[in-house]
Amino acid sequence: MRWFWIDRFTEFVPGRRATAVKNVSLAEEHVHDHWQAYPVHPASLMIEGVAQTGGILVGQVRDFAEKVVLAKIAKAEFDDVAVPGDQLTYKVEITNVSEQAASVAGSVLKNDQPIGKVELMFSHVDHNLAGVKFPEENFVFTGRFQRMIEPFLESDDA
Amino acid sequence: MPMTEDEVFEKVKETLVDALGVDDDEVSADATLTGDLGAESIDFLDIVFRLEKAFDIKIPRGELFPDNILNNPEFVQDGRLTETGLAQLKERMPHADLSEFEQDPDVNKMAELFKVQTIVNYVMAKVN
Repeated sequence: MRWFWIDRFTEFVPGRRATAVKNVSLAEEHVHDHWQAYPVHPASLMIEGVAQTGGILVGQVRDFAEKVVLAKIAKAEFDDVAVPGDQLTYKVEITNVSEQAASVAGSVLKNDQPIGKVELMFSHVDHNLAGVKFPEENFVFTGRFQRMIEPFLESDDA
Repeated sequence: MPMTEDEVFEKVKETLVDALGVDDDEVSADATLTGDLGAESIDFLDIVFRLEKAFDIKIPRGELFPDNILNNPEFVQDGRLTETGLAQLKERMPHADLSEFEQDPDVNKMAELFKVQTIVNYVMAKVN
């Protein structure tokens, strides 16, 4: 399984905010179990979409040198569901970045209508508070994620 | 901008309700962050971020919640703080009430030092 819960970035302002879209499809395995009678894109995966958008935003601030992992869901509220055929948009902005952690705030839109708000915190695990050691290589940011934002960064290089 | 202790307490309470998802009435001055309010390490960072925004102050790393005391062998021995460790803690946490802890500086009891009032004291010193 390929764990991409965003399809494309439509906006990427380094260090500030980013917008990504995700198209919900009937070809996705899990909607047939969630639920057979009424396929719905799980809210947990909408949260993951915001986390991926925000995690990449935060990771890019330090050039993906650190492993950024989701550490806390401070808030996740949804007023509506998304079903196959809908397009979800995640608009995420960085609210805080420090050496050890970062926080982001995101709105979730369905076909351009707001349906949810999510607030998350990430931990930069190499500086984690519990003193746990992690493997050297960056298992969080593989090349694929980086390719998604390349077009937005190229224009920044003079 | 000067604030009264009541004003600071109210704002700190709001911050903790947001960060920890607890009810208003659970946040008493004496409540401990980890024991009574269920805070975990990531929550401490969330609290710092939110306090900075709420009070428009900067909280340098380790100033409100000192780190680097527990992992220093000079400060901790056999699960208790040494004389040096206690002195270091006093210096780093003028905003905490160490009188009870001093009598039995068991490392496992350190979390109890972080009470709502501890945060209120710290913020009062910063804004006044």
